[in-house]
Amino acid sequence: MSRRPLAAPARQTGPPRRRARAVLPPLALVGALLGAWELYAESGSTSSYVLPSPHAVAAALWDNAGLLAANLAPTATEVGLGIALALALGFALAVLIHFSRVLRRAVYPLAIGSQAVPIAVIAPLLVFWWGFGVFPKLVVIVLICFFPVLVTTVDGLEAVDRDQLKLLRTLDASRWQAFRFAELPAALPAAISGARIALTVAVIGAYIAESQTVTVGTHAGLGHEINADLTALQTPRAYAAAVVLFAFAIACFYALSLAERRLAPWAAQPREVHA
Amino acid sequence: MPTQLQSRPRPSQSGSADVGIALQGVGRTYRDRRGAGVRALDAISLRVAPAEVLAVVGPSGCGKSTLLELICGLQRPDQGTVACAPAVLMPQRDLLLPWLSALDNAALALRISGLSRERARARAAALFAEMGLDGFEHSRPSELSGGMRQRVAFLRTLLSGKRVLCLDEPFGALDAITRAEMQEWLAGALAREPRTVALVTHDVEEAIVLADRVAVLSPRPGRVLEVLEVEAPRPRARTDAALIALRERALGALQGAPTPMVGAR
Repeated sequence: MSRRPLAAPARQTGPPRRRARAVLPPLALVGALLGAWELYAESGSTSSYVLPSPHAVAAALWDNAGLLAANLAPTATEVGLGIALALALGFALAVLIHFSRVLRRAVYPLAIGSQAVPIAVIAPLLVFWWGFGVFPKLVVIVLICFFPVLVTTVDGLEAVDRDQLKLLRTLDASRWQAFRFAELPAALPAAISGARIALTVAVIGAYIAESQTVTVGTHAGLGHEINADLTALQTPRAYAAAVVLFAFAIACFYALSLAERRLAPWAAQPREVHA
Repeated sequence: MPTQLQSRPRPSQSGSADVGIALQGVGRTYRDRRGAGVRALDAISLRVAPAEVLAVVGPSGCGKSTLLELICGLQRPDQGTVACAPAVLMPQRDLLLPWLSALDNAALALRISGLSRERARARAAALFAEMGLDGFEHSRPSELSGGMRQRVAFLRTLLSGKRVLCLDEPFGALDAITRAEMQEWLAGALAREPRTVALVTHDVEEAIVLADRVAVLSPRPGRVLEVLEVEAPRPRARTDAALIALRERALGALQGAPTPMVGAR
């Protein structure tokens, strides 16, 4: 933008150089960790059933690419739908809590307590109610993921300036208009931040869901695959599946950051300026 | 162009006689965090005629902002009565919504009154050039300078169509040069388009340059110590001897108050 000359970098740094600076540190870190892992795994102090070496995991990844991709599909569906539903549920609950003190008193302790309930306790009930499909797994993920969205959104709604609301009242705004013009847009980036936190637990949530509920069919998801491989002492393949989950979580996180820039560009703006 | 700034008739105010602002024996006490009663305002009686500009000066914490909230109907008095045509508040901070463009921020009151986005934008856009804001219609508030943000906030306030403007330290956050420019601009805008104005400030010079009368409040609980008439013709020069004499009188009234005041800038 021509109107923001201050945002221009002081030194000449072309896009390739900047990109290299963004990519190099994590690559170097991953390289160092892989090196240490390789040395440790090959030193003979552990068994390959317990800790396969990186090159064995890489080979398993290569050999089982088709199988892993087929298992990623249901897991990715669970995570994607789960996050979307958790965002919707967390946001809706936050708005209800924001509008009603009674609901806040009633719902907040329950929501907090729900986070402490081990999924294994309720998994049989979920399967009993909804069977072997994707639905009970979604319930598990939503149960784990709605909470960060709820908390950040409630805080986002509360953070709206009191003076802003006074101003809107003197402009004759109704309660609904104050919500629509001031509170809703303020809460949106907060909700997306919550979803970003939720996303990191959603992948583990999918693993728990697949472990705790029963699935029929050949490609039941990466969590299921990991459990099956560990039982069969196919440790390198279990690690390969974990690597896929690892990469998937990172990809989802950045996808959500991109979505935030699209949906709430005003919240992302200061970061751009100071970059 | 002034016609577009004229008050928009609203159902709530049609038919009611324009009383300007009339405060009769107004007192207001609020509870602090420990539950103790704090007397903010005491026995305030002030009258502002339609299209008159009243400045209210006083030390920090003397209840000036409470006074404006009473006029705007955001608070109710414990004692006395407040009669006022529909009033709009302009707080010290511009409080522009960061997710809306300058144009949409200016048009906010129109959107709230039920106008469609397109019609609200068209009415606000017609005034952007007059405000020296043309070319910045689609900028977000974070891309505007402090003076420009304040002008957008003024536009939003004026487009509300209310007959009474309550300005709470409108230029307090601006640097001296921008503040002087904005004072000049406001004086011009009010000359073209008279409104009833209650201007709260702790800048005595600002009060005297802009107002028809200046009410000097005491420290908390705020009482009216003195009301000064500013009879100098407009446009006014800060260096006018009569205005400087008035400024000294107002400062004298403020300093006669028992607690030290935060100095006029």
